[in-house]
Amino acid sequence: MAFYRPAPYQKPLAIVLLLAALALPSVLSAFGQEFYVGFATRVLIFALAASSLNLVLGFGGMFSLGHAAFFGAGAYVAAICMQAGISDALLAFPLAMLAAGLLALLVGALSLRTRGVYFIMITLAFAQMAYYLFVSARAWGGDDGLPLVGRMTLGGLSLSSDNALFFTALSALTAAIVFLGRLADARFGRTIQAIRENETRMEALGYPVFRYRLVCFALGGALAGLAGALLANLTGLASPNLLQWMQSGTLLVMVIIGGVGYLYGGVVGAVVLLCLEEVLSGFTLHWHIGLGVLLLGIVLFAPKGVAALFGKRDD
Amino acid sequence: MTEPLLDVRQLSRRFAAVDALKDVNFSVEAGEVHALIGPNGAGKTTFIHHVSGALQPDSGSVHFAGREVTRLAMHQRVAAGMARSYQITNVFLGLSALDNVALAVQGRQDAGSSFRFWQAARTEKRLFEEARSFLEQVGLAKRVETVAGNLAHGEQRALELAMALATQPQLLLLDEPMAGTGPEESARMVELIEHLARHVTILLVEHDMAAVFRLADRISVLVNGRLIATGTPEAVRADPEVRRAYLGDHL
Amino acid sequence: MLQLILEQSLNGLQFGLMLFLLAAGLTLVFGIMDCINLAHGSLYMVGAYLVAAAAQAADSFWIGLGAGVAGAAVLGLLLELSLFRQLYRRDHLSQVLATFALILIANESVRMIWGAQPVMLNPPEALSGPVEIGGFFYPAYRLVIIAFGLAVAGMLYLLVAKSRIGMWVRAGASNREMTEALGINVQRLFTAVFVFGAALCALAGGLLGPLLAVQVGMGESVLILAFVVIIIGGIGSIRGALVGSLIVGTVDTLGRALLPTLLRALLPADAASTLGPALASILIYLLMAGILFFKPQGLFPARA
Repeated sequence: MAFYRPAPYQKPLAIVLLLAALALPSVLSAFGQEFYVGFATRVLIFALAASSLNLVLGFGGMFSLGHAAFFGAGAYVAAICMQAGISDALLAFPLAMLAAGLLALLVGALSLRTRGVYFIMITLAFAQMAYYLFVSARAWGGDDGLPLVGRMTLGGLSLSSDNALFFTALSALTAAIVFLGRLADARFGRTIQAIRENETRMEALGYPVFRYRLVCFALGGALAGLAGALLANLTGLASPNLLQWMQSGTLLVMVIIGGVGYLYGGVVGAVVLLCLEEVLSGFTLHWHIGLGVLLLGIVLFAPKGVAALFGKRDD
Repeated sequence: MTEPLLDVRQLSRRFAAVDALKDVNFSVEAGEVHALIGPNGAGKTTFIHHVSGALQPDSGSVHFAGREVTRLAMHQRVAAGMARSYQITNVFLGLSALDNVALAVQGRQDAGSSFRFWQAARTEKRLFEEARSFLEQVGLAKRVETVAGNLAHGEQRALELAMALATQPQLLLLDEPMAGTGPEESARMVELIEHLARHVTILLVEHDMAAVFRLADRISVLVNGRLIATGTPEAVRADPEVRRAYLGDHL
Repeated sequence: MLQLILEQSLNGLQFGLMLFLLAAGLTLVFGIMDCINLAHGSLYMVGAYLVAAAAQAADSFWIGLGAGVAGAAVLGLLLELSLFRQLYRRDHLSQVLATFALILIANESVRMIWGAQPVMLNPPEALSGPVEIGGFFYPAYRLVIIAFGLAVAGMLYLLVAKSRIGMWVRAGASNREMTEALGINVQRLFTAVFVFGAALCALAGGLLGPLLAVQVGMGESVLILAFVVIIIGGIGSIRGALVGSLIVGTVDTLGRALLPTLLRALLPADAASTLGPALASILIYLLMAGILFFKPQGLFPARA
C-alpha cells in the first residue's frame, strides 16, 4: 500500500462542501428548520471524533477499540472546567485535549506493547476501566453524569446560541482535517503509514517504532478529547455513557463506513451513519437491526468503505 | 591489533530443545568482507537476527564499535551504525523506489527528527537528493520513480541494498543478497558489493559459493549452530572439517 | 467478618467459574482461529433468554436449561456456517465490524421479542432456600452453580489436556498451519469449537439468570470481563482462562465486598466512601494492567 494521496478533485470538493456548511444555518432558518442546526453540530463533532480515530486506526494501523474513553474524558474535562468556574473554551478545550491526550499516552504506553487481537481487547478493557471510574465518581455525578450549567464562551464570545456552537465545531473540524492532511504528507505521517505497512522494516531502518506509535495514539486521543468537549457543550452533559465501548464501536463503524485511512473517512462515516440514524429511527424503534444488516452487508460485499471512492490509496 | 568492529562472544540460543546457536565466537574486522556460510538450517539467519537485534540471545554478548549492544533494540543498533538487508525482499512495495530510500534517509539520526507534522516531506530537497544518490550507487538511477512492486526481482534486491546503505552504516549485514536472482543479476550484484566493500565493512551470508570466494576476505563456517572454522578463503577451502560438512559439495 | 469473607469467597468462586464458561470458548476462538468475536456476549444473552423462555414454557428450570443450551448451540452452528466461516480469513477490522453488527441485531431482536423489561428466571423450587455449611447459611442454588462450574471446568480440562480432539485444539492454537499440514480437518474443528463455545455461553447465561437480571445489554459487560480474563490468562490457553477467571471472579467479588470496609479502617470516612467503590470497580483492570506490564502475553501464553 502507498502513502495516502488525495484524489485531485478532493480539495475543490471539500471547499465547496465547507462553503455549503457555512451557509447551512442561514438556509435552515430560511426554511424554519433551526432544529437541525443542533443535529448538524452533532454530525460535525462525531466527524471530528471519528477522524481522530482514523488517525490512529487508518494512518497508524493501531486497532483501538477504546477510543471513546478519550472522547468521554474530553467531555468530562469540559464539565469539570465549568464546575470549577473555567468557562472560556480557549482554556477549557486545550485542557480537555491535554487530559485526553495524557490518558491516551498512558493507555498506549501499556497496550502498545502488544499486537493484534490482544491490542484490541486491551484498549477495550482500559476504556471500560475509565467508564467504571467515572460511573463510581460521585463528585462528578456518578451514573447520571456531570451536567454543565451553561455553554462556554470562546474568548468573550458566547456559545449559547446553536449557530455559534455550530460554527465553533465547524472550525474545529476544518482545522483538524487541514492538520491531518498536512500530517499525512509530513515526515510523521509518512513514518506512521510506513510503520502500519511493515513495522519490522522500519525498525531495521532505525526508527523507534514504539515512540511513533505512541505519539500517534496520544494525538488521536487529544483530538477525540476536543470532540468530547464540544459535545459536552452541545448536550450540556458529560455522561459516562460517552465512554462506553459501544460508543467506541460506533466511532469505529463510522471510520469503516467512511473508509479506513482516507483523510475524509471519519467525516463521510459520521455523516452517513448519523443521517441514517435520523432517517431510520423515524420509521422504526428497531432501526439497529437495519443498521446491523447493513454493516454485515458492507463487511461481506464492500470491504473498502464508502470513502474509497473519494481518495486514492493504491494497493 | 585493533579491536574488531563487530565482536560476538559465546553467543548461545536454544529454541525448544534445539541449540540454534551454541557458543559462537565471531568477529568482523573494520574494512573486511567477512562471509558466513553453512548448509541450510545451520543457523545463519538466526545468527544475523541476533547481531541485528531482532532476537535476543540466552547467553553471550554482542559488541559493536567498541560498546556492548547485546540488549539494545534493533533501531538502536541501526543508530549505532549497523544496517541489514533481508533474505526475502523486504521493501515497501507500494512506494516508489525513491520514497523507499527517502524513508531510510529520513530515519537517520543526522537527518533530523521525524516528529514533523506540518511541512510536506516531499518538499525536503535534501532527503530526496540523497536518496537519489544512493539509488545511483546501486544502479537504479533510471528506476527512481518506479513503484517498488513493479521492479524486477534483481532490482528489488538492489533497492533493498540502497535502503541499507542510506542508513550510512559502518557495518552492512547482507542476508543472502543473491537469493533468487538469475546469473546475470547475480554478477551485477557481486560487482555492486565489491564496489560497496571499498567504503563499508560487510558481513555477508550467502549460498552462492562463487560469489563468496570472490568477495570474502575471510570466511566462517556455521554448522548446526556451531562455528567450525574461520579463516582466509584458501584456509577454509582446505579445512577437512569444512569439507566433511559440505561432503562432496562444490567447495 | 470471617463469615463474610468465606461467603464472598464462595461467591467469587461461583462468579469466576461462570466467567470461565464464557472465556473458555472465546479464548479458543481467538487463539485457534485468530478471530475476534465481540458477539460472544450476545450468545450469552440470547442463551439466557432462551433458557428463561423454555423454562417458563416447560415450567421447569432444568428442562429450560437443557433446551436453552441446545437452542444456543444450534444458533452457534448456524452463525458459524453462515458467517464466521467467512470471517476467519478476513482481517480483524472486518471481524470486529461484523460481530459488532451481530450485537446490534441481537440486542434489538431480543428487545423486539421479549421487550425492554428484564425477564424473570426463577431457580428450581428445591434449591431456592439456603443450606447450612460449617455453621453459616449459603444459598443452595449458588452451590449448585459452583458444582456445575467445577464439573464443566474439570471436563473441559480433561477434554483439552487429554483427548485427541483436545490435542488438535491445542495444536491449532499454537500453530495453525502445522495442524492443517498434519491433515486435520481444521474447518470441522473450528465449527465444533464454536458450537461448543456457544453452548457454554448459554449454560452460563442460564445458570446466572436467576441471580442476575436477564436483560438486553447483559452480554456486553460480561464480554469485557471475559476479555480481561483472556488478557490475564493468555490467548488460546484453557488453563490461562481457568486461572484468569478465578482471579477475576474472586478479586472482583472480594474487592467490592471488602475494599470499602478496609479503606474505612485506613482512611478518613469521606475519602474512603469516595475512593472505595471507585477502586473496587476498577480493581481487576488495575490487576490486568499490572500483569500486562510484566507479562505482555498473559500468564500462560499458548504461542511461545
